Formats: sequence, C-alpha cells, structure tokens
Amino acid sequence: MYTQALNTAEADDRGLEDAAKAAQFQARIDAEERIEPNDWMPGAYRKTLTRQISQHAHSEIVGMLPEGNWITRAPTLRRKAALLAKVQDECGHGLYLYAAAETLGSSREELVDAMLAGKAKYSSIFNYPTLTWADIGTIGWLVDGAAIMNQIPLCRCSYGPYARAMIRVCKEESFHQRQGYEIMLTLCRGSDEQKAMAQDALNRWWWPVLMMFGPPDATSQHSDTSTKWKIKRFSNDELRQKFVDATVPQAQYLGLTIPDPGMTQDADGHWRYSEIDWTEFKQVLAGNGPCNRDRMAARRKAHAEGAWVREAAAAYAAKRAQRQTAQAAE
Amino acid sequence: MVVANIEVSETPLMLYALRRADDALILGHRLSEWCGHAPMLEEDMALSNIALDLIGQARELYSYAARAEGGDNDEDKLAYLRDVRQYRNLLLVEQPNGDFAQTLVRQFFYSAFADLYWRAMMSSRDATLAAIAAKSEKESAYHLRHASEWLIRLGDGTDESHARAQAAIDHLWAFTGEMFAVDDGERALIHAGIAVDPGPLRGRWLQTLSDVAREATLILPQNDWMQQGGRTGRHSEHLGHLLSELQSMQRTFPGLTW
Repeated sequence: MYTQALNTAEADDRGLEDAAKAAQFQARIDAEERIEPNDWMPGAYRKTLTRQISQHAHSEIVGMLPEGNWITRAPTLRRKAALLAKVQDECGHGLYLYAAAETLGSSREELVDAMLAGKAKYSSIFNYPTLTWADIGTIGWLVDGAAIMNQIPLCRCSYGPYARAMIRVCKEESFHQRQGYEIMLTLCRGSDEQKAMAQDALNRWWWPVLMMFGPPDATSQHSDTSTKWKIKRFSNDELRQKFVDATVPQAQYLGLTIPDPGMTQDADGHWRYSEIDWTEFKQVLAGNGPCNRDRMAARRKAHAEGAWVREAAAAYAAKRAQRQTAQAAE
Repeated sequence: MVVANIEVSETPLMLYALRRADDALILGHRLSEWCGHAPMLEEDMALSNIALDLIGQARELYSYAARAEGGDNDEDKLAYLRDVRQYRNLLLVEQPNGDFAQTLVRQFFYSAFADLYWRAMMSSRDATLAAIAAKSEKESAYHLRHASEWLIRLGDGTDESHARAQAAIDHLWAFTGEMFAVDDGERALIHAGIAVDPGPLRGRWLQTLSDVAREATLILPQNDWMQQGGRTGRHSEHLGHLLSELQSMQRTFPGLTW
C-alpha cells in the first residue's frame, strides 16, 4: 500500500560500470522501455530499487497491524468481513512486492531479516495507533488515498516487475479507499457521537498522512537520480499538493474540518496547507513514534513463534524429496 | 452502559441454523485473530481466507435463522447481542488458537466433519439450506485439504512439531464428540429430510482422521470421554472473552448504524 518517499537513490556509479552499457541503459529508460530482471542494470539502480521495493513490502506487512487491531472488534459482520479481506489484500501486496524485490537478487528472508533487525524502514504512518473504529475509515480514506497518489506514477516505473505489481496493487487500493470513505460517510451521517469520532480520527491522522509523501523537495536529496531513472516521476511536494487538492472537497462533503486553520485556497484553486511539523516526522522515523516499538515487537514475535512451523515445513519437504529420490532409484 | 441481550425464539429450525451459524462465526473469529501474526505470510493469507469463508457462511445462516424465527432479529443482532448462555456453537470452535498446531488440529477436526456434513445437507428438502450447503461444501473441502497438509507436515516434520501436533490432538480430542450429538428437535428435522443426521457420518470422519494421522505419524487418542454443552449454551470460559471483544462496539454504542 504505502510507499513513502523515504527512498533516496544510491549515488550513481556509472563511472565504475561499462560506459557503453550504461549509456544504452539510460537510452532505454529515456525511450520509456521497461527494464526486466535479466537485463543489464547499473548496480546503484539495482540497489535503489531493492531498497524501495522491500521498504514498500515491509510497509504492507507492518501495515496489517494497525488495521488488524480492529478485525476482532468490527461493529458488524459485513464490516468485519470487509476489513479482514482488506488486511488480507495488504498481505498479498507484501507477497507480490517481496517477489518483485527477489527478481533483483535478494531473498525474501534476507529482506525480512533486515526489517526485523531494524535496518530497513517501513512507512512512518503505521507507527500511529488505531484508537477507534473511525480510524479504520480514516486509514482507508486518507492513508490508502495517499498511497494511491504515490503509487499511480509507479505503475509507469522503469522497472517492469515493480510497475506491473503496482498496477494490480493500485486497483485494490482504490477499492480500499472507497471502502474507507464509505465508512466515514456512514459515521458522518450517524449520531453526534459517530460524527465526533470521525472528526477526532481526521484530527489525529491528517498531519501524519501528509508526512507520508516524504520530506519537502527543498531538503530531499538524490531524487534527481531516481527521476532520471524514471523510478520517481513527481516530487514529494507535487504529490502532496495533488493529494491535498483531492482530499479537501471530500472532507467538505463529509462535513468534516481539516485540522489546519491556516489552510487557504489560492487563485489557481490549490489548497495551501500550513507548515508540517518535520520534527515529529524525524522522531517517528528515528523510532520514537507512538507505536514503533509495538509494531516491531509484534513482527518479531510472529517471526520467532513461527520459527518451529517453518522449520517443520522445511524438514518435511526435505524428507519427502529424499523419499521420492529413493523411490525413483528403486 | 448496558445493552440488553435480544430475546430469541428457538424453534427447532431456527435453532438448527443458529447452531451452525455460531460454529462458523466463532471459528472464523478465532482464525481472524491470526491475521498479521501467522508463522509465514502465506498462512496469514490462508487463515484469513478460511476465516472469510466461515464468516460468510455464518452470515447466510444467521439471516436464514432470523427469517425462520420471523421476528426483528437479523444477522448482526444475532451475532452481537446474545450472551454466552445464548450462544449455541460447539465447544471445539471456541477453544483458543494456542500455537499453530492447536489451531490446525482444531480446524482439521472441524473441517473433516463439516465437509461431510455440508455434502449431506446438499440433499436437504429445504432449498435455502441445500444452497448454503452447496457453497459451504466447496469451501470446507479446501479447508480440509489445507489442514490435512499442514498436519502431515507438522507430524512428520521435526521432533518439536511432532510433539506439538500430538499434544494438540490429545488436548482437543474430547471436544469432537459434540459434533455427532443430536437432540429431539433436531431429530424431528432429520426425519423431515431438512436436517442432516450426523451419526452415520462418524465412520467416514474417523477414517479421514486415521488416514491423515497415519501419514503424519500421529496417534489418535483411544479415550472416548467427550465434553458436551456448547449446543445448549454451557460453554468453556473462553467464549465470554471472545464475545466481549467481538461485541464491544455494539454493546458500547447501542442501536447505531455502522
């Protein structure tokens, strides 16, 4: 779901590579051709994409936790089934994305180990807690909405497996986004208590969602390399502005107030938001968000407690292969 | 804030559907507790999938039960506004997830039964029950295959997985007898060709268990003492905790639309 513009491209190491191959590679990118797993690619391109795709996969998997927090408490059977299906979709996205990352030469195990060791990042948004049912609506509406804004351009990313994964992921995300908005609409048409719940959730999620697009362009390094490689097609601030412009009318329709009293609409129709608290963003990235420790602990626990199951599956597969070999030899 | 339990008129047909609905919901809920915490991503997917099938079955059966009852109840009232003593599920399905072996053994015992049960119900004289059974049978055939394959892997995997799987079988065995019990109300529905008589299914159920256990190098217990009570609302202590979570929103915010 949720790529975050945390990803900074590796320094371009073309100088160290075969110059002719590098020139040919860039020419293919410029001609909007897709790069496929067996094609030659600069080491830095491979490394940048491995990092970005695996961070995206980790985000999907960690992202199951805040929403999963409400599966057992969803207010109706219809909502329960829809939420469970949604969280299951996130898991599916994680699986595709790990598979896409594996085409670049790293195994899922290595990538997951890096995340569990705290060496790989995931989207900062999942370090916030889901406190009420309205948070489930808000995550669908805003977090998935922001993810779609980030990911639609990735459907045209130069790396084929990632671009194709994004096409499928975006279709499902747009369904999730509508589902989340529908939860909000139901709350906003409900009792005063439900409306207050919806407004409270918007108040808590609004700023962290804007941070999902990553640091402002002025401070973002290396994105020129990602742009040249057509991994990134819009800047953080461009995507953030698009998101805000799309979201303000949606909030108005719900009758909710965006928690930014300084927001104004400019002559071109763009909604200009106030300064984002980047200190909070940095703190959350540094591990100091409200749920960083809980999220990592939950993933590590699942991994550790599942070890005997994975070992059993591997042991059984080995025994079976051995028996089949023995049978074939008879 | 206290929200009253609904009143339910348990006519034989209503109760028959309600019991099956409660089985499906409670087991689906238990499986959904794994989502995000399974031993591998493939199992997060698979257990969620099975949970979704079961919750889907529960919704159809609750709606049918509500129609059979003919009052104001609906699927959500039946699920969210009955207390422990009004729930009619098997004790087996409310047992906690435990480790992965316990979850899979619970699923195996239930799915091996459900698969036979739904297949038999496809010939019910009640067209709705027959239709629900036709859909559920396809699903439970997959659930059984999934659980059987895992039980074989665990039983014939490592020493640890073998020991865990055997412990789970020994622990859950006493909850399997209830699946085959029938009361007078149900007996009348069986005679009318509406309900399924589970008694004759026991032989084939046991055969499935024996076949899988043999391949898994696991042993089925010999003891035949069986726990009973779920069908009449005498549950284990575990169900109350499950319901307090499941029902928390409806109990806290009565009568709202979500």
